[in-house]
Amino acid sequence: MLKRLVRWSRIKSPWILHLNSGACNACDIEVIAALTPRFDVERLGVLLKATPRHADVLVCSGPVTRQMKDRIIRIYEQTPDPKFVVAVGACAMSGCVYRGAYNIMGGIDQVIPVDVYVPGCPARPDAIIDGVVKLLGKL
Amino acid sequence: MKFQIPIGPQHPALKEPISLRMTVEGEVIRDADLRLGYNHRGIEKLAEERTYLQNIYLTERICGICSHSHTTCFVQGVEALLEVVAPRRGQFLRYLVAELERVHSHLLWLGVAGHEAGFDSFFMYTWRDREVVMDILEMISGNRVHYAINTLGGVRRDIDEALRTKILDSLGILRARTDYYFKLGANEPSFVGRLAGVGRLSKEDALALCAVGPTARASGVAHDVRRDDPYGIYGEIPFEVCTADSCDVLGRTVVRIKELGQSYNIIEYLLRNLPDGPVAVKAPRRAKPGEVVSRDEAPRGENIHYIKANGSDKPERLKVRAPTLANYAATLARLKNGFIADIPLIFAAIDPCICCAERTVELIDGRSGRPTVVRWSDLRRRAARRAGRVSKKRNVECPL
Ligand code: SF4
Repeated sequence: MLKRLVRWSRIKSPWILHLNSGACNACDIEVIAALTPRFDVERLGVLLKATPRHADVLVCSGPVTRQMKDRIIRIYEQTPDPKFVVAVGACAMSGCVYRGAYNIMGGIDQVIPVDVYVPGCPARPDAIIDGVVKLLGKL
Repeated sequence: MKFQIPIGPQHPALKEPISLRMTVEGEVIRDADLRLGYNHRGIEKLAEERTYLQNIYLTERICGICSHSHTTCFVQGVEALLEVVAPRRGQFLRYLVAELERVHSHLLWLGVAGHEAGFDSFFMYTWRDREVVMDILEMISGNRVHYAINTLGGVRRDIDEALRTKILDSLGILRARTDYYFKLGANEPSFVGRLAGVGRLSKEDALALCAVGPTARASGVAHDVRRDDPYGIYGEIPFEVCTADSCDVLGRTVVRIKELGQSYNIIEYLLRNLPDGPVAVKAPRRAKPGEVVSRDEAPRGENIHYIKANGSDKPERLKVRAPTLANYAATLARLKNGFIADIPLIFAAIDPCICCAERTVELIDGRSGRPTVVRWSDLRRRAARRAGRVSKKRNVECPL
């Protein structure tokens, strides 16, 4: 019973943390655009949280620079279980145009496990919402 | 008692995420220092391995908000090296997109300023209106953020008559909304009270610290590359350089709102005088050995690209000086003798950023060296508390 309640609340109201790992910013403003009136994911219960300790879903963008690598792992460890990771944008998937640069790891999945990939450079807000919905469908 | 506060390490909305280290006495910041390099991806090195054409798409991804100004700057430089001139229609479209980008960037920044000042409805309003510009940009280029419209020797896409009238119609909506923001920004007592007098930067300091863009213009320095060193077709477009003398965050807000109006005028001028003809000419692949410095006015200020060619189809060196970098020194100066609660505002004031990732602030007790962690949201709460204390001008007309 309690399990069902927890699962229901998790699906109805996923709290997200947006994490930039060296992205060019475009994916980040699209994540924010998804929160503003045109797309307004808040009506679906999605809330942007300030700290990883409150988050269920990490929405990550960027190719992971070497400087950020340890910090991302730390943030991932700070997020309480069960946690899910959505990689937003081509960079977060594979490095995009930066692939081959000396300072990047080449994708979020090089450092932490990823559940959903949202392609696009930048990914459109609709695509990001779709990614989160697909993730919730898996729960 | 003095405290050291590191902020950061990440400020994702900047092209160069940074860590700030501040020494504070009570609530007052006495000293500030910067650490860079968290977002360093190695773009300049990467550029040396790619052809000029490929580099357009790489420079576009230096920054997502002013992507077009980086490609414009780069393309202008390379066109000078390749000795090609873009046809007039191509140039008109190139700078049309540049002005549209300025509009979207300034609207974005206004929202962020509202958010950091604790005025979230303003944030939601401006971002709603920003979608109008995003739609136009998407119709012109096919993408919302990275337009990829520039190419060597012109632009990649043309616009038709239907789109032209549509953009002109949308301008009407944007104009009306911007007038409303201006009234709101200048009259809403709590908003004005929060912004006025915060983060002062005198005209002398702005000049001495080489501030650029709206940051400098809000301190009374009428510097704008579009007018001082006209590139492309800016020499023939009538527009004003907007300045303010209040030297604070309120001034920066006012300057940006006024610039929105100027951008609408420029867009209208470009659309009404759009010449016929091709949008691009064919450009050679290899550039003769030489070097070039190209400047343009990005939404945040002067953007400089230095390109060195060695005769092959790849640049030997590309150096980018983005406007935010030029404004760091001025920001540090403004943080000094300010309040901790004002950090978000002062910081947001140089950059139309929408940093959503929360930065953590570590307060290290100067004596015991024991760190306590403060979240960015707590900082904002402090900011909101301080806003509650400022005296408000009463009996001012608040339009709604
Ligand atoms: S995927 Fe593209 S738009 Fe997104 S952060 Fe990477 S380079 Fe920027």
